[in-house]
Amino acid sequence: MTVASGRRGLLDSRPARGLIGAAGLFAVLELATRAELVNPTYLPPASTILVTSARILADPDFLANVGGTLLAWAVGMAAAMAIAIPLGLVLGSSRRSYLAAITAIELLRPIPSVALIPLVILLLGRGLDMKVSLIVYASVWPILFNTIYGMREVDPVARDTARAFGLRRAAILWRISLPAASPFIYTGIRISAAIALILAISSELIAGGGPGIGTWMIANSETGVPRELLYAGIVVTGLIGLGINAILIAGERRLFGWHQRVRGST
Amino acid sequence: MSLANADSPLRPSMAGVGGRVRALALRMSVLVGLLVAWQLITSLVDDPVSWPTFTEVVGRFWEKWVTDPDAWTRSLLPSLARLLAGWTGAVVIGVVLGTAIGLSTRVRDFVDPIIQFLRSIPPPALLPLFIVLLGIGDEMKVTMILFGVVWPILLNTTDGVASVDSLHRETARVYRIPFGVELRHILLPSAAPKIFAGLRVSLSIAVILMVISEMVATVNGVGFELVQAQRSFRSLDVWATIVLLGIIGSVLNAILAAVEGRVLAWQGRATRALM
Repeated sequence: MTVASGRRGLLDSRPARGLIGAAGLFAVLELATRAELVNPTYLPPASTILVTSARILADPDFLANVGGTLLAWAVGMAAAMAIAIPLGLVLGSSRRSYLAAITAIELLRPIPSVALIPLVILLLGRGLDMKVSLIVYASVWPILFNTIYGMREVDPVARDTARAFGLRRAAILWRISLPAASPFIYTGIRISAAIALILAISSELIAGGGPGIGTWMIANSETGVPRELLYAGIVVTGLIGLGINAILIAGERRLFGWHQRVRGST
Repeated sequence: MSLANADSPLRPSMAGVGGRVRALALRMSVLVGLLVAWQLITSLVDDPVSWPTFTEVVGRFWEKWVTDPDAWTRSLLPSLARLLAGWTGAVVIGVVLGTAIGLSTRVRDFVDPIIQFLRSIPPPALLPLFIVLLGIGDEMKVTMILFGVVWPILLNTTDGVASVDSLHRETARVYRIPFGVELRHILLPSAAPKIFAGLRVSLSIAVILMVISEMVATVNGVGFELVQAQRSFRSLDVWATIVLLGIIGSVLNAILAAVEGRVLAWQGRATRALM
């Protein structure tokens, strides 16, 4: 920190500033706990949390739980895409079907997904099915709405040109509309990826049900378990969320760098 | 919604009273179809414990959440109070901090990684920790809601303030307009559409966190009712409470949309974000 602040050139770059900011927060937390300004049983020193995070990342038991959450996440995301994209293509390309469905959709969408957890427990038990169905319910909406929105943004001239050249409806959908809408669909998928992770962990917290980060956290929040484990679990979960988002953003840049929407998005 | 432009449905051919009726019939068709299918299938299955009919659910909802005067004071109002306390706190913190961060590129560079990390934590993952630290009272639930929903507001405010036309800011500086006036008349109005986009996202997350925090640890509230009903296998009560939560979500969204419409009326059609 002292080295960097001495040189103007280093301080001017964004990554360096970000690193300094993070290191600063780390130092403040570390000093506050070491000086016992905060009760260390509540907030362990930052270094302890960091070391514990590294330790649980090498712990096969913890990794199995992470795997459980990620499995439900992946299956749920795949199912949500399989439902929402075709439905969005239909609702986005036909005004009548959109008008027919929109009232039902507007009534279903505001139901908070976690409220369905008790119902799904009663109907499906506490296994993977339960987690996956909740993830699907919550992740369908952003993908669906972004697909519909993307279909609306398809250049009508391009579509009419294709029609004039004798392309069939299916071919127009496949070769003109879908590529034009794909950046929007991707945005929906990226939003849903974060929601799916939230739902996976929420359902594990409430229902338990097989290995998962939420199940692990409940087990480690009992009295007698060192507090740093819970903090380390949160740090790792945050890193997973950050990682998923970073991968999806990198993918977005690669696939849709040509599209002006992508350049402005965060 | 982003699809607001679809809400001018009447094509010339559909205009007139007959057209209006037809347009309404079209709009209700899938909904009515689904409800009829629900009613028919559940009557055929005849398993009222797991699969109550639509009319049974509506009846139970009416009994449990509308005509029972205790239901409001016992569950609904405590839940709404927590929700609003957490959300309002997040709005204040998010807008104030977001404005401060948005004003300076330098500050943004320093805090960006920290914010990106904190907002990547799925909020429910914090629940066990907050219970350990704060107990199972209202304090924990309000903190939980606040921490979970502050990020969309903060990031959208930062983004909105950072993208204020620099010419406007420079003009304010040239005319020596005091910062308070600049904030009120230049920065916040320009950032308002993005701030509202953040508020809308955060409101639906707040409902989710209210429910989940009440489900895991509490003695009252809508989430508590839900989990009690599930534990005693009263599935009809679970259905009825889900209906209530759907209504709460819709009403809160509608109120916010109305406020947004008023505040942003000067902008013509409000710029609406996706989602």
